[in-house]
Parts: sequence; structure tokens; C-alpha cells
Amino acid sequence: MTARTLLDKLWDAHEILRRADGASLLWVDRHLVHEGSHHAFGKIAERGLPVAEPGLTFGVVDHYAPTRGGPATPAIARMIATLEANAAAHGIRLFGLTDPGQGIVHVIGPEQGLTLPGLLINCGDSHTSTHGAFGALAFGIGATEVAHVLATQTIWQKRPAAMRITVDGRLGPGVGAKDLALAWIARLGADGARGHAIEYAGTAVRALSMEGRMTLCNLSIEGGARFGLIAPDETTFAYLKGRPHAPAGADWDRAVADWAALPSDPDAVFAREVTLDAAEIAPIVTWGTSPEEALPVTATVPDPAGLPPADAARVQASLDYMGLVPGRPLTSVAIDRVFIGSCTNARIEDLRAAAAVLAGRTSRVPGLVSPGSQAVKAQAEAEGLDRIFAQAGLDWVGAGCSMCVAMNGDSVGAGERCASSTNRNFRGRQGRDARTHLMSPAMVAAAAVTGHLADVRPLLAGRDAA
Amino acid sequence: MSGWARHEGLAVALDRENVDTDQLIPARFMSTPRAEGYGRFLLHDLRFDAGGAPVPSFVLNRAPGASVLVTRRNFGSGSSREAAVYALVDYGIRAVLAPSFGDIFASNAVNNGLLPARIEADAADALIAALGQGTAPATIDLAAGTATVGDTTLPFALDPVWREKLINGWDDIDLTRHHAAAIAAYRARLAADRAWAIPRGEHAR
Ligand code: SF4
Repeated sequence: MTARTLLDKLWDAHEILRRADGASLLWVDRHLVHEGSHHAFGKIAERGLPVAEPGLTFGVVDHYAPTRGGPATPAIARMIATLEANAAAHGIRLFGLTDPGQGIVHVIGPEQGLTLPGLLINCGDSHTSTHGAFGALAFGIGATEVAHVLATQTIWQKRPAAMRITVDGRLGPGVGAKDLALAWIARLGADGARGHAIEYAGTAVRALSMEGRMTLCNLSIEGGARFGLIAPDETTFAYLKGRPHAPAGADWDRAVADWAALPSDPDAVFAREVTLDAAEIAPIVTWGTSPEEALPVTATVPDPAGLPPADAARVQASLDYMGLVPGRPLTSVAIDRVFIGSCTNARIEDLRAAAAVLAGRTSRVPGLVSPGSQAVKAQAEAEGLDRIFAQAGLDWVGAGCSMCVAMNGDSVGAGERCASSTNRNFRGRQGRDARTHLMSPAMVAAAAVTGHLADVRPLLAGRDAA
Repeated sequence: MSGWARHEGLAVALDRENVDTDQLIPARFMSTPRAEGYGRFLLHDLRFDAGGAPVPSFVLNRAPGASVLVTRRNFGSGSSREAAVYALVDYGIRAVLAPSFGDIFASNAVNNGLLPARIEADAADALIAALGQGTAPATIDLAAGTATVGDTTLPFALDPVWREKLINGWDDIDLTRHHAAAIAAYRARLAADRAWAIPRGEHAR
């Protein structure tokens, strides 16, 4: 038999049939829905169709979840009520606002053991690539596709090309998965991996915790890839064992045996190979309005002069929006607020990393810390992290997407500059005319205590970087 | 959704890279029911100032009535929000010509009868320069795989699966329901071969 990649193995296991034109009909093992899925529920209602597999469908309130008090507007309350009504009507398990399992969909899937190696997972959200960290075929879909999965538990898809990003060596202190992701996106571009499924490999990837692997796979979409994948290993199995919905007993043993066969065969061929040296990666911040517009924090603001005309125009437009002056050190850029949260960086490890920098220090700017789930919140409070954030002057709030997408009312004001642990520095993402700089949670903490973009490494001297 | 094979309209240039879905429709509008129409939200924060007045210099305000958009690389990157496509379609856009598209956006587009046509970066440069702030008559021929903008006719790349779907206006749910037997057989095998893949119920909590 020919050598197969992890992608091939996952694809083959889920392919029900393939049409002559190359489109595959794939079985969906888990379908995750949220408030934004209302268009899709509306589409199946129009046809009078039921949800094909309510037992494989899970709902969560996250995008519009209030993080302080109740829903900010009647429209937000209606979005949440609509999801509750759809879940009840179709018999779908809902992680609602008062459920201790509630949180951001890409945080709770793994936490609940709903995300497993070898599964195909769909959600009407582009960061579904996060779940690929477990060796699952996980990808974001639009509303028409969500309706299709609801009605049939299947999805039409053409097999993407396999791409491998190998990162060998060791990441330096204060450098993590977020920096690794921004480094490759800056190198290849925000559409650099378009049409591909990325498998991350190499010693630096193996050394990452599940939290770090999820951050890496989460950001695949920011480099244009709908899929990110990491082969499951002992780290994966240890994370999953005993999770509420994970297999148990004989099922667990059988599952682990199946999962152990998933990694790419040694001689499998990838359509594209990229390699990075972990030791060369520094803490990274974005300076522009696309995740590809990122640089090591030690660099200066790019100068459009000297670039080819098309690039110069793009860079100048980004600088104008961001209110930045070319040639100035990035570390001289003063910020107005900070946000630690999102499906990229609001897991327990992320909060520990930020707290390690903030402990005993004061933030010079206001900010929010929103844990990725209620379980992360409880864990952080048990470890006393909430008190570190509060003593630093930051607001410790509830779980949800919050200021990542500014749908629930948590937003950055016009013209304000925010150091953010999120995934998108798009224009207006955190609020109309808001200026977003993406970075790791530890770097956000460094920006908070200095009041400007800052290199976290000196601030970790003599401390245990979590 | 009804299919189409040929479209004649007006082209306009959006001279920007990385027009992401947050720009195509800012998140704050997404709690609006679709029946109310999404066209007014298209590129809202570029089209309208903070007070809601049209920005006179923005190309869609200078050249209203366009149905073909010529733009730069990585159009529709970002979120999976199909609302970005609804905004384009409800505004009246039938085709977008660009060197590259966000993968999820392109699928969403085809599911709503909107053509994401890939053209060479050089061709995009030339068309954008020729269009400037104005419009030109445009013809899209899906079967031939060509777009004509002003005097220029050029080929575009499109997955054959998507071409068929746009022309026939296929509905995937109807198509898939023809395969019900194959799906049921897969489901039965799943329960036997990968029982662990079916989640344990609430008793496990
Ligand atoms: S945290 Fe942000 S990126 Fe993640 S699912 Fe929520 S809105 Fe999307």
C-alpha cells in the first residue's frame, strides 16, 4: 500500500463516496453550532427537515455571550434565545450561559472530550482548525454547509493538498506557539497556505503542550489553510483521558490503538514542505491590519519608501489605519488597553503565562481578561490567577468570545490601540476604527505593565515563565 | 438558488489586498435577519463614515450599480461568516475577480450563486489600473471560463465542481439525499468499527 499522510488517513476513513469530478462526500463525527448558526437552522426549517444526528451535534453560547452581567442589547439577547430554542426543538445538547461546561466552542470541544483524534469535526467558524491539534480533520464551514451537515451529517469537500511545516529545535524562553504561528504567516503570507491542509511536525511541535498545539492549529486559517493538523501522541492521549465525553474502558483502549495508527507514514509525500528553526523565532507582534503584517518586537515599524509601489501602497494604508510612523522602534508604540482572551489564547496555560509576567506588577492601561471557558475560569481561580490580574488592575470577566470579535458589546473604542492575544488584527475587528496588535498572552502582559509594545523576555528575568 | 451561465453588467475596481470578511460585513450587523437584506452592510465602514454618511471618495459610492468586482489577492479571508457573501449578493454583485480568495469564502460564494473567479495578479493589476475610479461593461461566460471587462477578455480559473454548481444552481442537500443508502451504510459501519467515535451521553459527566 502506498505511504499515506495523516490527512490521507483521516480523509479515507470519512469518505462515503467520491464523485467523478473529485468532490468527496464525508461523514461528520461532530458538528458544533453556536449563535451564528441561526441562518442554517432557518434553512432547514424552511424545508421542514429535522437534524439528522442530534446526538452528534453540540451547541454552545459563545460569540454573543455576555462577560459582565446580562446581554448588552435586545438583539444580542435574541441571538442567544434563538440558539436555545433551536437546540431545544432539535434535542441538541446545549452548553448554555449557566452551564459549567460553557465557553468558546474551540476551547470546550477538547475540554469536554468531544474533540478526539481520528474524527471529522465541523463548525460554522473558521477557527475550527483548532481541533486539528488532536489529529482530527477539523474545518470551518459557512451557513449553507452548516445547514447541509444539520440535514445529512455529511459534507461535500475536495481533498486539499498536503503541506508540512516542520519546526525543529527549541523555542527560547518567553517564546511560544503564538510566535511560531505568526512567524510562518509573516513568511508565507496570509494566503500562503491557501488550498492546503497543514501538518505541523518537528521536535519543537512535539514539545508543545496540547494548549500550545491548539494555538498553532487555530492560526492555520490566518495563513490561508482551512485545516491544521498535528499527529496524536502520548501528550494527546494524556490530555484526553478521563474527559467527560471521551471514550472509557475498552472503548478507550480500542480508540488509542486506532489513534496510534494515524501519524503520517515515514515515506509519505507532501505537496509542499516548509521548515523553520525554533531557535531563530523571537516574540512577535503585528503592526498592520493582516496577520501577515508581523515582525519581531525588536524590529522597527516598516518604511514604505523603498518598497515596490504595490507593496508600498498596502503598507502605507496599514500604517495610516494603525496610526504608526515608519522607522520608529515597535517598542516605542504606546497602547491604550489590553485584552487577554479568545479561542487562540485563553486556555489555562495562556493565563498562567500572562500571570507570570503580571504578578506583583501593575498594568498602566485598562484591560480585560476573559477565560476561554467556565472550566478554565474555575481552574484559574483555584490557582489564584484571578487575584494576580485584579491586583494588576485588569478586569477578570466571564467566558466567551468577548473582545475578540466585539459581538457581545465588549469592544475597543475608535482610534484606541489594543494589545491583544486574539487572532485577527483586521480593520474594525475589535470595534469600528479600533487598532489591534496581535501577540502572545505573555507579550500582552508585558505591554500592560510597560504601557507600550514590549519584549517580554527581560520581564521574565528571575521568574518562572509558566 | 437558480443557476446562471452568462452575466452582463458593470465592473468596478476595489484596489485593496486582503479584503477580509470583517471588512465585507462588520460583526455588529450580523444579528440582523437575512430577510431585511444585507446589501446596505457591504463594506460598511469603508462606504459610510462614523455618522452614517456615504464617503464620497469610496469607489462603490462613486460608481454605484456595479455587479462585477475586480480586486487584489486574498479577498474574503478571515471568518467563515456567510453574511459576507450575503452582503455582496444582496448589493447586486455576481462575480468577484481576484488573484486569490479565502477558501471558506469561496465555498460560501458558490453556495449563493456568486462567482469567485481567479485571475493572474498581473491581469488584476491591469484591470484595476484601467478601471480606476470608474466602471466598464463586463461580461462573464461561465461555460467558456472567460471574463470581459471593457476591451479586455481574459480567462479565469474555477474548480470544475464549482462551475457545474453555479451553472446548474444545484442544491447540495437535494443531491446528497440521493445518496441516503450509502450514508446509512457508512453509519452502520461506524457503529461497528469505530464505536468510540460516538460520544458517551450525559451519564458520563
Ligand atoms: S474567540 Fe474569536 S476567533 Fe475564536 S471563535 Fe470566538 S470570535 Fe471566533
